[in-house]
Amino acid sequence: MIGFRLDARSGVPTYLQLVNQVKHALRLGLLEPGDRLPTAAEVVAALAINPNTVLKAYRELEREGLVAARPGTGTFVQRTLGRVGAADRARLRRQLAGWMRSAAAAGLDREDIDALFEAARQDAAEVA
Amino acid sequence: MSNAVETIGLGRRFGRTWALRECGLSIPEGRVAALVGPNGAGKTTLLNLVAGLIQPSAGSVLRFGEPVRDEPASLGRFAYMAQDSALYPSFTVADLLGFGRRLNPGWDDDLARDRMARLGIPLRKRVRQLSGGQRAQCALVLAMAKRPDLLLLDEPLASLDPLARHDVMALLMEMVALHGTTVILSSHIIADLVETCDWLVAVNGGRIQLSGEIDELLAGHALVSGPREARALLPDRLPVVTESGTGRQIDLLVRSTTDSFGPAWTARPPSLDELVRGYLGAPDATALPGPTVAVR
Repeated sequence: MIGFRLDARSGVPTYLQLVNQVKHALRLGLLEPGDRLPTAAEVVAALAINPNTVLKAYRELEREGLVAARPGTGTFVQRTLGRVGAADRARLRRQLAGWMRSAAAAGLDREDIDALFEAARQDAAEVA
Repeated sequence: MSNAVETIGLGRRFGRTWALRECGLSIPEGRVAALVGPNGAGKTTLLNLVAGLIQPSAGSVLRFGEPVRDEPASLGRFAYMAQDSALYPSFTVADLLGFGRRLNPGWDDDLARDRMARLGIPLRKRVRQLSGGQRAQCALVLAMAKRPDLLLLDEPLASLDPLARHDVMALLMEMVALHGTTVILSSHIIADLVETCDWLVAVNGGRIQLSGEIDELLAGHALVSGPREARALLPDRLPVVTESGTGRQIDLLVRSTTDSFGPAWTARPPSLDELVRGYLGAPDATALPGPTVAVR
């Protein structure tokens, strides 16, 4: 089940942070159709926020058709945001992880890796 | 939905001094209300009156539409956590639970034991052996186990470090989520109230200055900055709460939406802290709704 985190200094309203984290998890395949979102009580017991904030976030996700509330049982994921299948995603992630290891072995730090990653993305965009 | 607490012309005098005057207030059921104000403003007096611990010198208090009475049906529906959560230091946690069970007909002993276990508070420990945070959590669990519809907390966070404040608020919010409890809590620390409270009551000099839903109050006010020479161009009847500024710039907190100002001005909604500080610094300003029907 997804665990939420809050960034008090981000300036992003709390309910929107929750919405964004669910969407992020949907994109990464960490949440899939049928998965249950934590109840408002579970979320507020961890984050110490007003339950209405969680309900507002879930209403927004419901409005976008991503989740559905089933009375008495909870709020469930309806559809995924990932356009690639779980197998493809896992394969790509594995390849990237292998690349990350060779980059680290070659002595690249985090910023070097980010810069290279960004440059490669631009190369690919130009070719396409 | 109806009001959990309603006061009409409520006042309380100690000797010749009015600690609270002409207080008209309604807090709808299910709200988490923050009670703010400087020391000696009348916060504790208001809580004590709502709890029925002291009698009004004027006016009346209703809890869930009923006058406050000293009888089980009225007392059973609310719990009061006084400042410094006055627990007997020599009692063990188990003693406290035994007391709660015998004194409260609706006592939920499973809930109390389950929570103490989850919080890592051993039942055999004495109150004096607990940390400040554990003591506050313990008092809150006792209040929860009574299964109140209304919970009053007087400065529950005052003596706690940030981590303990988070833990206590998390427990409180869980209680609200599970049982729909109405909460009124007084605090000095606005930052702790921002994410947790949805209703604001500001008391100053014994009078209610502000009462309303926090989102509506914030949306109904604007912090406006601009050149001093343009001040005369602002509407005459603009409801200004406070006005300050240095040199050529002036800053105003006004009771108005942000879109009613010309290009010379920048306007944005205030933060909760800015709203509260603005009002408490201007004791004569008020923003109170008329008698309203609570709609959620």
